[in-house]
Order: sequence, then structure tokens, then C-alpha cells
Amino acid sequence: MEKTFKNYLNLFWTWFKIGICTFGGGYAMIAIIQERLVEKKKWTTDEELSKIIAVAESTPGPIAINSATYIGYKLLGVLGSVCATFGVVLPSFIVIFVISLFFDNLLEYTLIANAFKGIQAAVAALILIAGCRMFKKAKKDALCITVFVAVLAATVAIKVFGVNFSSLFLILGGAVVGIFSVLVPRKKTEPSSPPDESNETDDESQEVRK
Amino acid sequence: MIYLQLFWTFFKIGLFTFGGGYAMIPLISQEVVGLNWLTEAQLINYIGISEATPGPFAINIATFVGATQGGFLGAVCSTLGVVLPSFIVILLVASIFRHFEENKFVKGALRGINPVVYALIIGTGVVLLVKNFWTNAFDFSATPDFDYISLIIAAVVVAGSLVFKKVKGKNLSAIWIIVFGAVAGMVLYSI
Repeated sequence: MEKTFKNYLNLFWTWFKIGICTFGGGYAMIAIIQERLVEKKKWTTDEELSKIIAVAESTPGPIAINSATYIGYKLLGVLGSVCATFGVVLPSFIVIFVISLFFDNLLEYTLIANAFKGIQAAVAALILIAGCRMFKKAKKDALCITVFVAVLAATVAIKVFGVNFSSLFLILGGAVVGIFSVLVPRKKTEPSSPPDESNETDDESQEVRK
Repeated sequence: MIYLQLFWTFFKIGLFTFGGGYAMIPLISQEVVGLNWLTEAQLINYIGISEATPGPFAINIATFVGATQGGFLGAVCSTLGVVLPSFIVILLVASIFRHFEENKFVKGALRGINPVVYALIIGTGVVLLVKNFWTNAFDFSATPDFDYISLIIAAVVVAGSLVFKKVKGKNLSAIWIIVFGAVAGMVLYSI
């Protein structure tokens, strides 16, 4: 693509429309990105899109932002990535900002407050369902299960006892354990058992420190 | 400096969320409720709205919290904060680290991070449900009140999405779950 003003605008507008069309999570967006960018615009290919999804999953941040930045950069460089990212963010920014202006007043109506009481129960169930779906799809080896159980216990304990402990450290701890599991050569009989043990002690010592 | 604080808080949140919007909820709830910006109930209301409006969930929540804490400029700061980490990382990946996702240390780190994220999300879901069922659930000095209506709504949502998955073979969209929660709440809490 040539670096003309029209093309930047086109990139912005295409991602703006993608931003409007996606409700819910990032995976809903992938289908729309595929349809718009691969089939209609031919800006990217199916192979590259699946590479982008792999990159998006191994980097922080929502998939929508990651793919907009990546495709924008590939097509038109840094300014292209700014246009695409700005485009995909803008619709939700506008919608939410407008809602935020009158949301608290809305809750003064009993009927709407009751609706949100119902929504709260539904959202709690939704979060649980989403977590279970993600865990179900995961490759459940010894490392995965051990870390999962340890962190689940820690999360519930932190909440129940009202301890102030950021999950950032749990995520960082997970990364360290994972990298460690790659570094330690595995025995054939007991795959990845050393990192498991180190994780458990690590997690307990974290709890004690709190 | 509320603007700087908003930007920095959401920058941290953006930097540490792997695996999409739901992975963000435990962190957001800790940071935002911990700073007394929102109560947990307010945050869950916003999550409900985010699910029913377009755009990535992470952006919606960031904009919402920013707007309530610092108006328009606050919304800009928090949204910019949550977007910036992934923007920078992706630019680096696209321009310098070509085979980033195939790197064995990246893969290794993710092997450890992913189960943490699943456990955080499930743990948050469980705690939220318990808090919905029993008001004052974690305040040991008070007698908990049982809210059976929220139990009914949560049970129908879980059962409904399981049945939908079995019958249709795909996941029930979050929007319908939110709409159901709203209607059920309006009817059941009002009678």
C-alpha cells in the first residue's frame, strides 16, 4: 500500500467499522477481521492472520488492539499502526463515554437498579463460565494443573481473608515457573516435576510473606 | 494527580493481561476497588455494560473507570494507558522480533502464565458468585443474608449456556446472558 493520506484514512475507517461491529470478546472479532481484511480488502492472508493471532496470544493486551497494530504496521508502517489502533478503539471509547455521563442517574430508577442486580448475578456466572471454557481448552499437563490449583487456592484465600496482594505477582510467578520449566531438562519418567515442586514452595512462601 | 494515576494503573493492567478481556477482570477489580475508585458492585455493573456495547472489553472498562474518576481527560488517560503496552509490544514484535511467538522462552513463560490466568478468572467468578448469594459473605462479624434470586439467575445462566453449547455446538453470546440477567432482575426483584 502506498503511504497516501487516503490510504491512512481507509485503514482508520476499516478498523473503526471493525470496532463498532464487535460485541463481547476478542475472539468474536477474529471472524469479522477475517471477513473484512482477508476476503474483502485482501490486506492480509489467512496464514498471516493465524500468525497474528498466535502473536496476540503471546503478548499482553486485547486481541483487537494487537491485530490492529500489527496489520496497520505491516501495511503502512508506524503511522499506519497508529491509525488502525486509534480506529478500533474510538467506537467503544465514544459509546462508553456517553453512557458514563448518565449511568449513575439511571440507577436511581428502581426498575433499572433491579435490572442491574440481575446483571450482576449473570456477569458473575459469565466470568466463571469464561474461565472454565479457557481452562477446558488448555493443554493440561502436570505443570499446568499444579499452577492452576495453587493459584486458585491463593486467589480464594486472598479474597476470603481480605489480604492485599496483587495478582501481578502471581502472573509474574507463573512466567518465572514456565521459563524455569523450559530451562530444566526433563527426565523421561517424571516430566516437568522439578518446576512443579519449586512452584508449590514458591507459592507457599508468597503466602507466608503476606 | 488523578490523570497520571489513571494512566499508570491501566498501563500496568494492559501490560499484564494475557489472554483477552476476562483475564483483565481480576486485576482491574484489585487495582480499582483497592484504590477506592469503585465498589465491586459498580465494577460489575460496568462489566455488564461493556459486554452489551461494541468494542473490546478492556477498552470499555478503562474508558468507563477513567470517565467516572476524571471526566473526559480521565477517560483518555486510562484508555491510552491500557492500549499503550500492547501497541508498543506489537510494534516491537512486528519490526524487530520476527519469530517472537516461536521463541522457546516466550512459549515457556506462557505455559506458566496461562494456568495462572485461568485460575484467577475462575477464582474471581467463584468469589463474585458467593458475594452475590450472600451479602456480607466475607464479613465474619455480620450475619449473611441469602439472596436466592441471584442464585436462580446464576443457575439459569450456567445451565442455559451448557444446554446451548450441547444443542447448537457453539457458545452462547455474552450479550444474551446480560439481556437475560437484566430482564430476570427487573421481574424477580420487582415482585
